Order: sequence, then structure tokens, then C-alpha cells
Amino acid sequence: MERVPILKIGDILLVSIQVDMSDQTAVQLQEDLAERIVATGCHGVIIDITALDIVDSFVGRMLSTIASISKVLDAETVVVGMRPAVAITLVELGLSLNGIRTALNVERGMELIAASRTDDWDEAPGDEDAETTATP
Amino acid sequence: MTAGVDLGVPATQAIRSDEDVVRVRQLVRTTAVAVRLSLVDQTKLVTAASELARNTLIYGGGGSAEVSTVSDGRRRGVRIVFADQGPGIPDLDLALTDGYTTGGGLGLGLSGARRLVDDFDIRTAVGEGTTITVTKWSR
Repeated sequence: MERVPILKIGDILLVSIQVDMSDQTAVQLQEDLAERIVATGCHGVIIDITALDIVDSFVGRMLSTIASISKVLDAETVVVGMRPAVAITLVELGLSLNGIRTALNVERGMELIAASRTDDWDEAPGDEDAETTATP
Repeated sequence: MTAGVDLGVPATQAIRSDEDVVRVRQLVRTTAVAVRLSLVDQTKLVTAASELARNTLIYGGGGSAEVSTVSDGRRRGVRIVFADQGPGIPDLDLALTDGYTTGGGLGLGLSGARRLVDDFDIRTAVGEGTTITVTKWSR
């Protein structure tokens, strides 16, 4: 069975899926990621699916599950690089990627994760600076 | 009965494992490219094939996929026949309903796959098995 590598870049785990995954490989990735999030304390996960020419219901469910697991482990998941044809097919298949944040590419995905961490700080109770800077 | 004439020799892929589902996808993709389906149609057909191959494995207990190129005189297309000798589907209407599942999945396999292809034909008998024929035509 093939295994999808997980790279650590700063505070982010990057998974670039380059193979046509068997269902077993997808489940393995789910488990590997959960372990890496805990081991590294990373707060962001980027899953790059640029190379995937299809996302079926199994892989779609895996992406949703990874997003839920990482949320519980205090990490944000962003799926990036979905091809237009894959997006069209997903919608027609009836799959709504529940709870999944998406971005067009890795760079925007990293921005999204950075922004959501900053928001978390701003929303912290007793943080008055955030309120003053919010008014234009 | 679905229309169309077979062109060439169909290729058959056994579906006995996870890895075979991947092989079915690859075979369907190659065939879809050969008959020049558009990129979106290729994607839809390969996705449908992936769902149906997984069903054949999980619910049918394994079986086969036969992939062939067909023509109706005007257009070319790809036809796939998924066959298993599994338990069959007792309530077909229910099985074709979005969100219905007995296998712990999302229940989109059968209903979703039907939306992604042009022709969809299912024959099933309890205790004998299920045969699903799908076709996607070039535009």
C-alpha cells in the first residue's frame, strides 16, 4: 500500500496527494495526519489536491473527516487546488464538503490559516485593541 | 435496453480488492481519453466508475467491470458493465435514493453515479447478483 507523505512547514502540515489513492491509503492518511498534528502541535493543515483528477464520495468523506479531526485537535484544515472539472463533478454527485475550507492554491491556503489564527486572537475576551482597530 | 454498437474488444478488470478499484478508474480514464470525451465528462465518468466499482466490491462481494467503446452512428461513447454475483438489491427504489446506505458510506454511490452518466441501467435479483450498465457519450 502506498503512503501519502506529510511535510511540516513552520506551523503548517502540508499534504500533497500525488497518487490515485486506494481507499486504504486514504484511511491511512487520516490516521497519519491525526498523529502528526498531535506530535508537532501544528495549527494548520493544507491538503493539496491539484494532482487529483477525481474526488469521489469516499475521498470527499475522508476530507471532511480530516477537517473534523483536526478541528478537535486545534488545527484548521484547508483543501487547496481543486480542479474545475472536479468541482463540477462533486456538486453533481451531491457531495457537499461539510466543514471544509477551500482555497485556490497553497499560498492562499496559508494566508487563510494565518488569518484565522489572528482572528482567534482578536476574538479573545478582554482584547480591547481588537475593537478599536475594527472601527475605520 | 441501451442503444449503441460495440467497437473493438472490451477490456475487463476484475474487482477483488481496493487496488482493483484504482485499476478500474485508470482503465476507464484511458478509454474516455481515447474516445475524446471532454475533460468534465471524463471526470464525471471516472467518478461514477469509482463509486460503482466500490459498490461491486463492498456490497456485491467482488465482481468485474467490462469497459468498451460504443457508437450510435453519430457519437462515440464509453460503456461500462459492472457485474457481481452478490446478494442483489431487495429494494431498488430505496437503494437509488440520495443518502440511503447500508454500508456506512454517504449513500451517494448509486444515486450520484446515475446523475454523472448519460445512460444508466440496473438489473438485480436477490440471491443472484447485480449488473449495472452505464454509458457516457461524447458531445
